[in-house]
Amino acid sequence: MKQAKWVVPTIYIIFLMLPIYWLLNMSFKTTTEIINTYTLWPQEFTLDNYKKIFNDSTWYTGYLNSIYYVVMNTVISVAAALPAAYAFSRYKFLGDKHLFFWLLTNRMAPPAVFALPFFQFYSSVNLFDTHVAVALSHCLFNIPLAVWILEGFMSSVPKELDETAYVDGYSFWRFFFKIFIPTITAGIGITMFFCFMFSWVELLLAKTLTAVAAKPIAATMTRTASTSGYELGLLAAAGSLTIIPGAIVIYFVRNYIAKGFALGRV
Amino acid sequence: MNKTVNQKAWFFVIPVFVLVAFNAIIPLMTVVNYAFQETFGNNVFMWEGTRWFKQIMLSERFHASLGRQFLFTFIILFIQIPLGIAIALTMPKEGIGVPVCLVLMSMPLLIPWNVVGAMWNIFALPDIGFLGHSLNALGFDYNFTQQIGDAWFTTILMDVWHWTSLVVLLSYAGLRSIQPAYYQAAEIDGASRWAIFTKIELPKMKKVLTIAILLRFMDSFMIYTEPFVLTGGGPGNATAFLSIDLVKMALGQFDLGPAAAMSLIYFFIVLLVCWVFYTLMMRNEEKS
Repeated sequence: MKQAKWVVPTIYIIFLMLPIYWLLNMSFKTTTEIINTYTLWPQEFTLDNYKKIFNDSTWYTGYLNSIYYVVMNTVISVAAALPAAYAFSRYKFLGDKHLFFWLLTNRMAPPAVFALPFFQFYSSVNLFDTHVAVALSHCLFNIPLAVWILEGFMSSVPKELDETAYVDGYSFWRFFFKIFIPTITAGIGITMFFCFMFSWVELLLAKTLTAVAAKPIAATMTRTASTSGYELGLLAAAGSLTIIPGAIVIYFVRNYIAKGFALGRV
Repeated sequence: MNKTVNQKAWFFVIPVFVLVAFNAIIPLMTVVNYAFQETFGNNVFMWEGTRWFKQIMLSERFHASLGRQFLFTFIILFIQIPLGIAIALTMPKEGIGVPVCLVLMSMPLLIPWNVVGAMWNIFALPDIGFLGHSLNALGFDYNFTQQIGDAWFTTILMDVWHWTSLVVLLSYAGLRSIQPAYYQAAEIDGASRWAIFTKIELPKMKKVLTIAILLRFMDSFMIYTEPFVLTGGGPGNATAFLSIDLVKMALGQFDLGPAAAMSLIYFFIVLLVCWVFYTLMMRNEEKS
């Protein structure tokens, strides 16, 4: 029975890895091999697809743009959400429940609904095609999520912690930064992970709000797929590279994930 | 936790309120503006009242895409929730297996959505994709760009691949919060595995499962990029879900009035379902 337990997760992980393997497989093949034959691994192993991406500035600036606005968004979301989540977890105030639900409704709004108005709005304030525009627009769904997750973590910290600190003569802000934030680092780690994740994977708004200067890598890929026929090898190489930042982030937060989950509320 | 009443807490909420309002209220007002008026550009508007709403509510195209959307959402919830729970139950609870499982299972969640679509497109191509080639070699006549059934099968499989991990991670979090004492007590009482699951594990997972269902409902209901890249809504309109249909109407045909009206109806449906969930969730929280 103990042995059999490994079967289900193993099969599931194999199922998850298959399409990723196939993408990697394609990225190391030459175009002729992709078109003419069906092979389970590259027969003529080549790095040409990757070389092309690293030598072409329209490709690699796409990565830099994406990382730039994702990091900006994560910082803004978490910084704004921290005091708000504290307020929701500690105090009752006028309209708190309605405000919380209103925030959540923005997480529920389909981006397709907002695409056109966003385009018009950000154009009219001269922010079109900037990293700030994408970072701010992603706040629409990331801030509610950040408040939601952080509120859960903060509620699991007993209120006595705050009261003892005040008795010891701490001012509010000193308590907040010196004591409170260090106790919920796991929660902040999880929150940053989720903000990074949802900003990194979103494309519809990022694509609508950019043209050249801030164009995300994912949008560069769509263009290649449609204009230059179907360069599958190049597309696969670009796709494989987009997996890397995510994988690095997961690796760094893996302990936080385990610890955060032990706290019982995500 | 008993919270103290403190109206000054609003100051803490102001940054969030301003940032979200900036992004939500102004664009939403634009949508409302379009929904009730007719425009020929140059900021010239004519009042149309509820004409666009009537037109959308009566249009067969909207009924069809709404129907497809509900069918899709129900199918994926029906597969992902039980599957996610089952995998979370069999995951290792300690040792090296924990980070390995967490890291590998989170991978699909962090791949940009259009890459997910492109990846599955390559994976499912009937001639050179592993999935398509294998299915055809096994004797199935599989071609997701031509046959409606295959297109649905591929889209659903892709979504299961993409999002089941989220349910797994949340359920696993719920399971980890159960004290070992509960299991020991169950063992002493000689409870069956099924009894442990229904009497201990499921009630403890109720909260995270509500979050999982809520998140999966919202996200699958607004799904756009993955099926757009994979099938482009085709063959025909077979996989044109609400968002795909909406973007086609707004940016493709530039029918702004009907598209805005459709947006509002769409948003209202999501809001309604989520409100029901949210109320149930809050009621549970107050009870415990």
